[in-house]
Amino acid sequence: MIGRSILGALVNLTKPGMYVHWGFIQISVANLIVIGLMTLTFILAIAIPFHRKGGRS
Amino acid sequence: MTTLEHDTSSSPEEDAEVSKQWTTRIRRRLVEMLPPERLIPDRQPSFLSSWIYIFGALTIGALAIIILTGMVLSLEGPGWWHTSSLGLFVNSMHLWSVELFFFCMVIHLWGKFFMAAWRGNRQLTWITGAVTFLVSVGAAFTGYVSQTNFDSQWIATQAKDGINSTGVGAFFNVLNFGQMLMWHIVLLPVGVLFLTGLHILMVRRRGIVPPFEDGVNDKSETVASGTQEGTPS
Amino acid sequence: MTKTKERRFNPDRDVNPWKGGYRPYDIAKEIVICFVVMLVLVVGLAIVFGSPDDKAVTIQTWSNANQVDFAQTAITELDGTSATAQYGPPYNNVADVSQKIGPFSPEALVGVHIPVNTAQDFVIGPLETVTNSPVLTMALNQFNAASPSQQANWESAYATAVQKAKVFHNVLVVPLARYGPVGIMIRQLTDMARSGALDTSMINQDHFYGTDYTKSLLYVADGTYFSDQGTALHLSGGQWGMMNETGNFPGQAWLWLYSFWYQIPPFTTAWEPNADILVSVLMMILSVLLILVPFVPGVRSIPRWSRVYRLIWRDHYKGRE
Repeated sequence: MIGRSILGALVNLTKPGMYVHWGFIQISVANLIVIGLMTLTFILAIAIPFHRKGGRS
Repeated sequence: MTTLEHDTSSSPEEDAEVSKQWTTRIRRRLVEMLPPERLIPDRQPSFLSSWIYIFGALTIGALAIIILTGMVLSLEGPGWWHTSSLGLFVNSMHLWSVELFFFCMVIHLWGKFFMAAWRGNRQLTWITGAVTFLVSVGAAFTGYVSQTNFDSQWIATQAKDGINSTGVGAFFNVLNFGQMLMWHIVLLPVGVLFLTGLHILMVRRRGIVPPFEDGVNDKSETVASGTQEGTPS
Repeated sequence: MTKTKERRFNPDRDVNPWKGGYRPYDIAKEIVICFVVMLVLVVGLAIVFGSPDDKAVTIQTWSNANQVDFAQTAITELDGTSATAQYGPPYNNVADVSQKIGPFSPEALVGVHIPVNTAQDFVIGPLETVTNSPVLTMALNQFNAASPSQQANWESAYATAVQKAKVFHNVLVVPLARYGPVGIMIRQLTDMARSGALDTSMINQDHFYGTDYTKSLLYVADGTYFSDQGTALHLSGGQWGMMNETGNFPGQAWLWLYSFWYQIPPFTTAWEPNADILVSVLMMILSVLLILVPFVPGVRSIPRWSRVYRLIWRDHYKGRE
């Protein structure tokens, strides 16, 4: 049974949103992080070597 | 392999009739298009050597969690998560699985784009994938307007202008919670699952796209190609 | 089954079948691992960040928070000048307000399918359900019996007076003017709103079970209070709102391109009156292009030109198979 303490969030994201302004571009820090992480993940996915021996089958 | 037990004394006429049946013809065609070892392969081409290849499966993993958490939310109804801590937690899982779903799907799309994965008669694989993406955006949108909180009020009243301007708003009323909820939990999930299934079958049927030939940017290929059918994976 | 086609080999469209080696691959294990990885990530994110749940704005919360804004909105619903009353199809027949692309207005062509008469549905209808106020009943009778021009005069006088309205000891005070029964009607409507009865009336006008919040949402969205909440949360159209979420949560980041067009000329300038239909059509075209990338010359050559594939398949090219 999941305890009550786990069900509440550990990090409170309900405070007023933080936004980045750059010219006509306005983007939330949250969305910027998501898009940044996506770009980074894509680059890492194609850059990191994929070792077959002893790795994934 | 299993063999259906049947009366070995069947006549040639009976065999001929069976082989003309819709059932038999459909089964034959399906097995021809996707024999079991192609449908559920146990080998992959050796050029597959990159982490980018896992993002399709990760997307499906996220989709499975979206569906499972959605089913739990359905057990208790659309208002449950406002008043129950467990409901809020399941809602949180549903939200983050959606974020991860799009996260992985877009990386998968980028990967497949840079591989030009439509090559070799694989256009339908790309097309089913792109359509699945667009239908998923719709599924997510109907979810956002079904939250029964300020966010859903805001998104619905803002989105109505864009949708109304096309004339579609007269039939797809984003302010109608009942309608939007049913699209979100019935019609669009069926659409997404059907399209995802088609996409996966296309991948299995045509196989994983081979790499560009070495030196493809250095010389122009003008020789007529003998075959363009996809490679079994 | 292989097909033989005699046409020029196009490296952006064609590829020779793979004739190289294969190696063992456990697809079932991969699927299970991917599911478990996603499950761990989802549970982790849910525990750490949770999800937002800002309470909905009801007509009751709105009118209690800002009686003046409610009364100012209510008179525009009665006199037909509110955003909803002037919207046109699919809600009502107002001429020449529908957006156009060229000479073509899909909105106007489709017509009214979700009829909303703001004067009747948002003001008079709900007031007529109040049966225990003789003063209100008299005011309604007087209003309904008056000529359209008399009604318009009263509405106009009230609309002017309510701009100077104040709340004094929690009571809405509108300066006196020649607005006849309209003053009583809007006051009683405000009281009804503050009690919650107007919310119920919007949902259940004809039936017990209500799941269609069209009228409630249009009413609430006509007020300044609601739009101020949205702007404060950075959700309005000119703030790239469609991709945003309340608080610091990520939103629908995949709507970035749809939001983008609303921020730049000519969609913000010359094309602004028709921005919605133009952006919608543009996005439909781009969506079709995305679907048809395999057939679009130039676009389908980008993978080859960019040479990103040399990184993806570097093991293959180095012969380390």
